[in-house]
Amino acid sequence: MITVETYQTHVETSGIDKRFKYEISRFPGGEKLLDCFQCGTCTSDCPIARFSDTYRPRQIIRMAQLGLRERVLSSETIWLCASCFTCSDHCPRGVEVADVMRVLRNLTTQQGHIPRIFRELGSSILESGYAYRIPKRRIDRREALGLPLLPKCNPESLAKSLRNVRFRQFLSEKGR
Amino acid sequence: MAEKDKYLIFLGCLIPYRVAAYEISTRRILQKLDVELVEMPEFNCCGLPMDPVDHKMMLIMAARNLAVAEQQCSDILTLCSGCSGTLRKVNKAVKENKKLWRSINTNLNKAGLKVEGSIEVKHLVQVLIEDLGLERIKDSIVNPLTTLKVAEHSGCHILRPKESAGFDDPEDPKMLKSLIEITGAKCLDYMNESECCGAPSSGINDKIALQLTKDKLNHIKSVGAQALITICPFCHMMYDTNQGRIEKMFRENYGIPILHYPQLLGLAMGFSPVDLAFGDLRVDASNIYACTSELR
Ligand code: SF4
Ligand code: SF4
Repeated sequence: MITVETYQTHVETSGIDKRFKYEISRFPGGEKLLDCFQCGTCTSDCPIARFSDTYRPRQIIRMAQLGLRERVLSSETIWLCASCFTCSDHCPRGVEVADVMRVLRNLTTQQGHIPRIFRELGSSILESGYAYRIPKRRIDRREALGLPLLPKCNPESLAKSLRNVRFRQFLSEKGR
Repeated sequence: MAEKDKYLIFLGCLIPYRVAAYEISTRRILQKLDVELVEMPEFNCCGLPMDPVDHKMMLIMAARNLAVAEQQCSDILTLCSGCSGTLRKVNKAVKENKKLWRSINTNLNKAGLKVEGSIEVKHLVQVLIEDLGLERIKDSIVNPLTTLKVAEHSGCHILRPKESAGFDDPEDPKMLKSLIEITGAKCLDYMNESECCGAPSSGINDKIALQLTKDKLNHIKSVGAQALITICPFCHMMYDTNQGRIEKMFRENYGIPILHYPQLLGLAMGFSPVDLAFGDLRVDASNIYACTSELR
């Protein structure tokens, strides 16, 4: 289970990264981070928060504003967000909350922390173009049913267009 | 578009992996409606699964598909709400955000591709409503399903974020409802109707994801819906494939059949359950087509 570290009541000032909020605001979707006035609409409308003891989008937004870089980026809870965009649609300040979660995850990934599922999906995509490895019996069944052949991926071409993508480099270095 | 309606069909990854019934029934109803489907000449995942780890990777993967479609001068028809939301969002960005457009093309150029923003991406539901129109669908119905009461689940990425999804009301979705009612079936309202099915969190925390699905199934059951109608393979998997697991895990009993919308429309068009791959459904749906065949 996920730890309740987000409920810690005091913060060490030495752990504060004042530039963190600007760093986030520079990413697409992170621009409005500073506009959050902590109304709590995002948390109260979040279906994940309803069932999780630890995931609270408002709290994560606040910690990000305060510059608690390490605590936010090492928090397992940011990976729980279902990207349902309810929060983004409901926020009265126009904060793209779901996109901020994505920015935070992307930053975490750059530090090398990647939940296994994304390595699996990523390496399948680089090999076959498809996020899942489609079993042969599925391909055979398509033929038996008279469905058209599945469209093919061109993995070399895909790799070329992804040359400057950090995650792709990451997968080929440390993957599998 | 002139003469016959024609689209590139974008299957995505999950449909060929394990949700063939959605594709099979879609091809049936679109053929009946005289829509021509062309296969993507080249394909890669829409990119959505990679967005949490690398936004740029998602942008490039989505744009590659748009570039391939542009070479065919053809609009894309999607079946998955996730693919739909992603391709539509990136297509919109390519058309409206010059800087992003340029940076995407710098990457596509390395593979000899480019994207211009010259096509449209539409989900099946949009094609049915906006391009074909309800009247044309109505004319194809020979077997109205007037005894059926069902509920709908549109899925997040077709509704939200409102700004880029932009064709239905996320607080009170009406598109799928109108398509259901045209088959003669009644579509019931239920609590938290436009809420998430939980699918995106299932690879991270299964229990929480399934709790979301369970919550929705409770609401659907409490209004007495005989079936739930979906338009996304991920939502379908949560409700259908996982229904037995949810029942065991939370000691519940649902037995609610989950139909892909084209299966419902297909029944009303007079197709047989076999033609529409009803056999692929995990939760038995025989009482649905039994009560429709009485009408024949
Ligand atoms: S809804 Fe918006 S303003 Fe309110 S707490 Fe959440 S992010 Fe901040
Ligand atoms: S997008 Fe994430 S944070 Fe926002 S409401 Fe949905 S699950 Fe909660």
